[in-house]
Amino acid sequence: MKRIYFDHSATTPVDKEVAAAALEYMTEKFGNASSIHGFGREARKAVDEAREKVAALIGATANEIFFTSGGTEGDNLAIKGVAFANRKKGNHIITSAIEHHAVLHTCEYLEKHGFTVTYLPVDEYGMVRIEDVKNAITDKTILITIMMANNEVGTIQPVKEIGRLAREKGIYFHTDAVQAVGNYPIDVQEMNIDLLAMSGHKFHAPKGIGALYIRRGVRVEALQHGGGHERNLRAGTENVPGIVGLGKAAEIAKQEMAKKVTYLGKLRDRIISEVMAKIPHVKLNGHPVERLPGNANFSFLFIEGESLLLNLDLKGIAASSGSACTSGSLDPSHVLLAMGLTHEVAHGSLRITLGRGNTAEEVDYFLEVLPEIIDRLRAMSPLFGESANTVVNNPCSECHMH
Amino acid sequence: MYTEKVMDHFTNPRNVGELKDASGIGEVGNAKCGDIMRIYLKVDDNDVITDVKFKTFGCGAAIATSSMVTEMVKGKKLAEALEISNQAVAEALGGLPPAKMHCSNLAADALHHAIKDYIDKKGK
Repeated sequence: MKRIYFDHSATTPVDKEVAAAALEYMTEKFGNASSIHGFGREARKAVDEAREKVAALIGATANEIFFTSGGTEGDNLAIKGVAFANRKKGNHIITSAIEHHAVLHTCEYLEKHGFTVTYLPVDEYGMVRIEDVKNAITDKTILITIMMANNEVGTIQPVKEIGRLAREKGIYFHTDAVQAVGNYPIDVQEMNIDLLAMSGHKFHAPKGIGALYIRRGVRVEALQHGGGHERNLRAGTENVPGIVGLGKAAEIAKQEMAKKVTYLGKLRDRIISEVMAKIPHVKLNGHPVERLPGNANFSFLFIEGESLLLNLDLKGIAASSGSACTSGSLDPSHVLLAMGLTHEVAHGSLRITLGRGNTAEEVDYFLEVLPEIIDRLRAMSPLFGESANTVVNNPCSECHMH
Repeated sequence: MYTEKVMDHFTNPRNVGELKDASGIGEVGNAKCGDIMRIYLKVDDNDVITDVKFKTFGCGAAIATSSMVTEMVKGKKLAEALEISNQAVAEALGGLPPAKMHCSNLAADALHHAIKDYIDKKGK
């Protein structure tokens, strides 16, 4: 059976060129970039070159790029680092209800340490309103952190406008751009961004490597102490193979950006229009236009996401869902709930995230098998069609884990 | 994460559907939690379950346990059917992932509610 990967927001395959570049810095050029000798110098040179490439992808300069272990670390360093370094100026942070847990849980942690956080709501398309940001700002606000593109529904946030507003008020603006980097053109200057977190494995670099962009002059306190790596901001021997891989992936992403955005956008639009036309009782989640090129997210009423994913998997198709069963908790996706979906509708969500390796044939196959699966699960569902009115005995009224 | 038996019952669920002239109907769960199981029973004069059908909205475990309980209960006396526990259904499937043991393992409860519904109706 052919296997089709439609889960690129979870992770992506490492580009062969990237893997080859990284491998060379494990086996041949294995030096520690801090060493004075030739081995160290060739590693240092590679790290410096990678920094240039990563900077170029987002319109930054090399000395504004700090390598991290990935998106979560970048978000932690940006948010806690800014909060701790600027607490004399204020203790208020603004974020949104649909952020990744790397941001939400970091903000919740800061609430336990004397900071106050405003969690902005979003509209039905999963977009933050500029007016809400404006109204949330107080004279204590030191940081606004809003993601560039949502990982579940793909909605692209009005980052440039939020950044402008923050800049006017002298407030730092961080964006979790883990889903956007490599999939959507970014210019940190034009978008008024002060800090930006990215993760390598979302754009064909290995897992365990990422970077944080920090605009020159922004005050950030280190969270990890040790040697003087990354200009005293992030101690620990550089992950040279990972960094080299990230640099190569950034270089490729920059070259292929325009082509990739067009290609994925076409495949996605076909999926969206066909699914909406072929299948009844379906809702498109996320913004109809302002969304990541490779993201399609639907809710199929009367069915549950995990059983949908299992059925797709049996047909060789890998996707994801915001249902409770797949979120690892008892509640469905906090993003879908924040957009106003009911629990029932959120449980039936399906996320398709495309990558450059996907083809029109794969999309055709998906569109061919999906309606049968939906029909089969609906035929089994007591919520669908005519059903007897019985008293519902509910032993788990609060959906709690025993 | 699921056993072969679970995947078998999930892929080829037994006794899916409704019984128009059911002797008893039981339902548990709610859509908010992501699980609803409804069981239809046909019971003869000797208190033997002669037919059983189910309809389930839920995850793989919810569908598999519903299917399994219908297979376990067909041809059984009501008294025997009442002995079947959620735990027994999970065991018959070769086990369930720990996270699923309580949230999606309610098929025996649905069965017991269906039996109670039958007894209540008969009593009237």
